[in-house]
Amino acid sequence: MELSNLSHSLNLLLPELTLSIALLVLVLFDLIFHHDKKIISYVALIGLLATGFFVINQFSLSGFAFSTGNESYRNFGMITIDSFGSFFKLIVIVASVIIVFFSLSSDEIKKTSERIGEYYALIFGMILGMLFMISATDLILIYLSVELLSLSSYVLAGFTKLRERNSEASLKYMIYGSVSSGLMLFGISLVYGMTGTTNLYMINSLIQIPHLNLFTFSFAMILIFAGIGYKISSAPFHFWTPDVYEGAPITITAFLSVASKAAGFALLIRFVKITFVSYIDTSGFWQLIHVFDWKTLIVVISIFTMTLGNFSALWQDNLKRMLAYSSIAHAGYIMLGLAVLSNQGLTAMLIYFAVYLLMNLGAFLVVMLIANKINSEEIDDYDGLGYSSPFLAASLAIFLISLTGLPPTAGFIGKLYLFVALVDANMIGLAVVALLNTVVSLYYYVRVLKHMYLTKPETAIPEIKTSKPNTILVLVLLIPIFIFGIYFTPLVDLAKGCITILGL
Amino acid sequence: MNGFPILTFITFLPILGMIVILFLPKDQYRSIRYTALIVTAIQVLLAVVLLANYNYSAAGIFDAKSFQFIEKFRWIEISGISWLGTIKIDYFLGIDGISMPLLLLTAIITLIATISSWNIEKAVKGYFIMFLLLDTGMMGVFVALDFFLFYIFWELMLLPMYFLIGIWGGPRKEYAAIKFFIYTLLGSVFILLVMIGLYFSAQETLADGSKVFTFNLLALMNPQNFTATGILSPINPHNLRLIAYIALFAGFAIKIPMFPFHTWLPDAHVEAPTPISVILAGVLLKMGTYGILRVSYPIFPEITRELMWYIGLFGMINIVYGALVAMAQKDFKKLIAYSSISHMGYVLLGMASLSTTGVNGAVLQMFNHGTITAMLFLIVGVVYDRAHTRGLNDFGGLAVQMPAYTGFVTVAFFAAIGLPSLSGFISEALVFIGAFGTDSIRTLTIISTLGILLGAGYMLWTLQRVFLGKLNEKWTSLPDLEPREYVMFVPLTAIIIFLGVYPSAMLDIMNTSVNTLVNVVNNGIHTITLGGL
Repeated sequence: MELSNLSHSLNLLLPELTLSIALLVLVLFDLIFHHDKKIISYVALIGLLATGFFVINQFSLSGFAFSTGNESYRNFGMITIDSFGSFFKLIVIVASVIIVFFSLSSDEIKKTSERIGEYYALIFGMILGMLFMISATDLILIYLSVELLSLSSYVLAGFTKLRERNSEASLKYMIYGSVSSGLMLFGISLVYGMTGTTNLYMINSLIQIPHLNLFTFSFAMILIFAGIGYKISSAPFHFWTPDVYEGAPITITAFLSVASKAAGFALLIRFVKITFVSYIDTSGFWQLIHVFDWKTLIVVISIFTMTLGNFSALWQDNLKRMLAYSSIAHAGYIMLGLAVLSNQGLTAMLIYFAVYLLMNLGAFLVVMLIANKINSEEIDDYDGLGYSSPFLAASLAIFLISLTGLPPTAGFIGKLYLFVALVDANMIGLAVVALLNTVVSLYYYVRVLKHMYLTKPETAIPEIKTSKPNTILVLVLLIPIFIFGIYFTPLVDLAKGCITILGL
Repeated sequence: MNGFPILTFITFLPILGMIVILFLPKDQYRSIRYTALIVTAIQVLLAVVLLANYNYSAAGIFDAKSFQFIEKFRWIEISGISWLGTIKIDYFLGIDGISMPLLLLTAIITLIATISSWNIEKAVKGYFIMFLLLDTGMMGVFVALDFFLFYIFWELMLLPMYFLIGIWGGPRKEYAAIKFFIYTLLGSVFILLVMIGLYFSAQETLADGSKVFTFNLLALMNPQNFTATGILSPINPHNLRLIAYIALFAGFAIKIPMFPFHTWLPDAHVEAPTPISVILAGVLLKMGTYGILRVSYPIFPEITRELMWYIGLFGMINIVYGALVAMAQKDFKKLIAYSSISHMGYVLLGMASLSTTGVNGAVLQMFNHGTITAMLFLIVGVVYDRAHTRGLNDFGGLAVQMPAYTGFVTVAFFAAIGLPSLSGFISEALVFIGAFGTDSIRTLTIISTLGILLGAGYMLWTLQRVFLGKLNEKWTSLPDLEPREYVMFVPLTAIIIFLGVYPSAMLDIMNTSVNTLVNVVNNGIHTITLGGL
């Protein structure tokens, strides 16, 4: 690799480099400042903001980094920088910044404040893994980034060690994770065996010529999908989700449910788009190479995922667990956008992710603030909350209504665009299934509202006071939900400008 | 109206009031109530101003030029790229002869419901916030001419209604509230799907000659706007338009509520507090039939013609079934709820006739039923407030104890039965005349007349059980009406009598529009020349 190539590549990797440096600084500061660990949170915040700055700087940029050397594919590297990737990186960074604020006010994390340095270092490890996942275009790098993300999250899931469930969550997460990443690795090795390369662009051009053993190839794809499906917790790889979400500290749960899922989806979308699309027709539909029927697989998985998520959520009494199932259902909705295999669907997914970030983090934030005070996430303990803490209850209500997808909240716009993409692709049956799922989901979201406002509490519960910074944080998540619900032009424009996935 | 955005004002005034209330202290009951009262009173004033400036000969329906008080500006504009056309959504308000009566009705019923809410003591602030939010949703539905906007207002009503029933309702309020919520969301989900389908089927030509997909209801009514490949285009050989029509109809029918989607209504009514029952029966039920007239009829005229017999059939079932079930009730409020189902059947029957007389009757019946049922629910509320029971067999001889009250009750009951010189008679008569004149549903009409008989049966029987006979010893201390209650009953009674004697006051407003609508459905939009308008 020549030096010019290296400097070109490093230039494209500025966000990742910044983050790595920040990670080192964090570890260093953790060693230096024994007594006052407070500063570490701020270092983390600064590191994230710097990374975010470089991500935003990259929005207009695109290119390939670390070309693998083969002359004919000299321009295609291991890492691809494009607006699609930048969008998802921004989602991850925004989520991370919010998670730092979460952690600052979380009681669970405060109780383990002497280990706060490790906590942030691990989170940064996760973020680094996610950033690489989002832009990796080489199967080896994909595998490594997934592992980097996974290993950090296994530890974080059991980080606080305050409850037995913490360790249980961690262990479960690791066992499921190892199996699925093993499967994925096996799939990758099969692909390598058949094509002789791990670069997605090269695979794309090699599978255009039909000389593959399609059965083995499909088998490999299903194995690789198992690895990614586990990250986005789609059925049938979702079994870890409720247990881990319930057991892990709530900051980590919130982070997993948004950022980790975003990275997983970015990986899945990029993988399908780069490896399998032969051309994009004039109406924006992706025409796939006929080696593997992604459409059927994703349609089936998405119906399965959202239905299972929604129906399981109906029976949950623990709010964290309910939100876990709800996040499974949302993964199902988002997959609809991929199932249509079109630019339209991709736009819808990006919109949905931006909205999902706001409403899901918002819901977790309020649940955390309440749990800080009443030490419980059980839905029965929310009785009468609407009267004792009107602000928090109303905010939670709005986040949940947005998750249901009722206007005039942004959740409606997210769903609307998904359904528009489906109808545009003539997949009306699928749209009907998704809409009926929405109706089912109403029941469990409104159940929380019922407990907060309709049910009389057995014992009077004290008012939950929120500190000024927390109030602001809630509002920061809450206000855009209304703004984007009523005036969604900027959101759609942003998403539409970010659908470039380099390739072809 | 010289550019004053009066429709926006009448729609969003409640939101303004809501914000004021939001900043009032929780225990300032008086100022909270008066804020709501002032807001709803101004709404009535604005409605009267609208009526005074209303042009009786403008048709509306599909012709943007003859809609009145139009406000239209671009709300969402997303520039297109190669694979995705430009998205343009308008903030488009306007009224015609079908929305004007319902707008009036909404303003009046909301004001009366506000007065009736005076004795709500629990969480007054929250109550009026939800109440005013609901008000905006209702007004918005009746003035929106863009499907997207219509849908937003339509959905806006769900959450406040859930809370209003769920928090301030009776013993089984939680069940009733969630049942209402899920039923209506199920309905609106179908509406949403058809809305998206229509969006991808029709293109509106803009001033600069470019064509964009549209949610504009008026543009969707013109068959020429549909694209050749659109999934809901009239030229499409598939039965998709039929399926879409049925889905849309089901969505609206849940709100009416039409048999067999009616089961949420008795629960919601029985559990809801009196003012909310009044709003529910007075305004919300009309949204279903209004939606059918505003959206289904003119956009899918050929399918409307095809299915009119079935609409009539369901109208008949509603009339007879509702009346029969009402007769079996022992709970005063439940009886009124089922009588609502029966009376909404007349609206469906009149609509199914596809004749000017019948549809006029249907729209008039929407208005009249709104006022009459509102009064009936207020009547139940008065007796429940005093006696804390609604059992029809618990009373007797109240006429002696509460003579003024009984006077109003008699007027409302006779109006509901359809006694000549009261408003209910006119609309029911028009419905029957119109429906009888249409050959295909004549048999259905004849069977439906049973409803009048049954209606007289349960109403008179109720009158007898509650108000006549020997006074039950328990109730010798019940006071007669207080001034606040007079304020609610007198205007409604006046409207009922006035429209019974002089129905033209209302019929003239709607006649031109109804005529045009019937014409559009029967002959298609191209046959109508708008000369002279």
